[in-house]
Amino acid sequence: MAPVAAPDMINPGVDDVVADARHHNQDPSRDHTMVLNMGPQHPSTHGVLRLVLEIDGETVVSLAPDIGYLHTGIEKTTEAKFYQQVVPLTDRIDYLCPMTNNLAYVLAVEKLLGLEIPERAETIRILLNELTRIQSHLVWLGTHAMDIGALTVFLYCFREREELLRLFEAVAGQRMMTSYFRIGGLSMEPPIDWFARVQKFLNIMPSKIAEYEGLLSGNPIWINRLKGVGYLSPEDAIALGVTGPPLRASGVDWDLRRDMPYSGYEKYQFKVPIRTEGDVWARYVIRLEEMYESVKICQQALDRMPEGPIVADAPKIILPYREQMKTQMESLIHHFKIVTEGFAVPAGEVFQTVESPRGVMGYYVVSDGTAKPLRVHMRNPSYATLQALETMCKGKLLGDVVAVIGSIDIVLGEIDR
Amino acid sequence: MADNTAVVALADLAVKAKFDRDELTIYVASQNIVAAATAVQKAGYNFLEDVTAVDWYPSEPRFQVTYHIVSHRLKQRVRLAALLDGEDPVIDSITSVWPSANFYEREVWDLFGIRFVGHPNLTRIMMPTDWKGHPLRKDYPVEGYR
Repeated sequence: MAPVAAPDMINPGVDDVVADARHHNQDPSRDHTMVLNMGPQHPSTHGVLRLVLEIDGETVVSLAPDIGYLHTGIEKTTEAKFYQQVVPLTDRIDYLCPMTNNLAYVLAVEKLLGLEIPERAETIRILLNELTRIQSHLVWLGTHAMDIGALTVFLYCFREREELLRLFEAVAGQRMMTSYFRIGGLSMEPPIDWFARVQKFLNIMPSKIAEYEGLLSGNPIWINRLKGVGYLSPEDAIALGVTGPPLRASGVDWDLRRDMPYSGYEKYQFKVPIRTEGDVWARYVIRLEEMYESVKICQQALDRMPEGPIVADAPKIILPYREQMKTQMESLIHHFKIVTEGFAVPAGEVFQTVESPRGVMGYYVVSDGTAKPLRVHMRNPSYATLQALETMCKGKLLGDVVAVIGSIDIVLGEIDR
Repeated sequence: MADNTAVVALADLAVKAKFDRDELTIYVASQNIVAAATAVQKAGYNFLEDVTAVDWYPSEPRFQVTYHIVSHRLKQRVRLAALLDGEDPVIDSITSVWPSANFYEREVWDLFGIRFVGHPNLTRIMMPTDWKGHPLRKDYPVEGYR
């Protein structure tokens, strides 16, 4: 099982690729390679990713990603904020799955505090996480198909995504940067008709996924562009830190929701789709199947939705309701203290991982016993998966690089942070 | 905890260990990190999830390099930690054990200034190549002119 690092699996740097190409040009047998700069504004790099490629005709000889264009120092910013003020920052890391980021962070802090979360809050969290997964996969499918040349799918996907964003807006007041989860629970109770709207969405969604499948799966151009492209062996996937759908497409059966359950996932029945082809096609099929599974999890969450409070019983950590704050002395004091000086978190370190749409999203939170975190580190799935890009593209055609980037579903916001 | 796979595998290398909030942390001496990584890999901890650092400024030893390693078979995670002095922090690279450590170690070098000996390409990854200083250090100025 233990893979040994082959020298060609070590990612080269940008300068290495350029220097290598110059060196090759002095070698008469390889004087025909050229260096191609792709990005940072290339439309199919999904953000601001710059790739430096050395190509021999249409064949990729080597490839180096250059990242950091979106680096805003979020990890540094967290060290100047109270614990509860970090939640909105976590949205902005991966803007396609804000709820997943919120969840990983609040679970980490709740673990440090030793808080028990009411079941209703947990169930709503899972419901929203799975809706977020569908939403993220819809953006992935639309843009991935667009990169490959199938423009229509994008419009279909964004039609359903719009409905999801409306659901998020109804529950959190925000379409994308939701910041809906709080340390200890949720920020507010969902509106009265919200669960009925979710039910309506879940009723139509499976037929919509079938519609996307109908547009793509039988299309000969789509099949030719995807099948056999960007192969990644299971050993390489593990050695290079790949997680999420690309890992499962390579045949490694690992999903945190099932294998290291958090937030009550052990109570739900769902399948973890596995493929063994390890190519772009397998990743496409896995994400489509995951959408079906997410709909099932959402349905189970709706069916078992318990009544009760949405926040834990911890007045020193959770802001009181407005009504209480205006009428009760105790609540007013708690409110004032939480807002002005935060709450102290017992010293310690935790690493909380969740299964984001892109793979293992982990928050490493270190507390020194004060109201501000000593360190918050985000382990991001795209950051690791990007390292596998070279292995997947080397020796293949330049045109396939676009398909491979699409298939690993990177979000540059979470890579650069 | 004595029969935990990681504890058994690292019995000779561990300096100290703690089990806090259901998470196992094993501290190893910084010169033994490659041996420790190889040992846990042999014991079935096959997947490196994360490499990062913590700056405990102003206390000494100042830096803590943290490795999170998970076992797909055992469904368990172990955290390896190595403590480094503030003066010229250096540790061996584990890219020979897990190639995925490459980007993580570059990030730690970029933001904390911890050198990884044996890393194939230890250059800045987040900040521009001509940047001065390492922003995630606690003594890095957060306001004023640079």
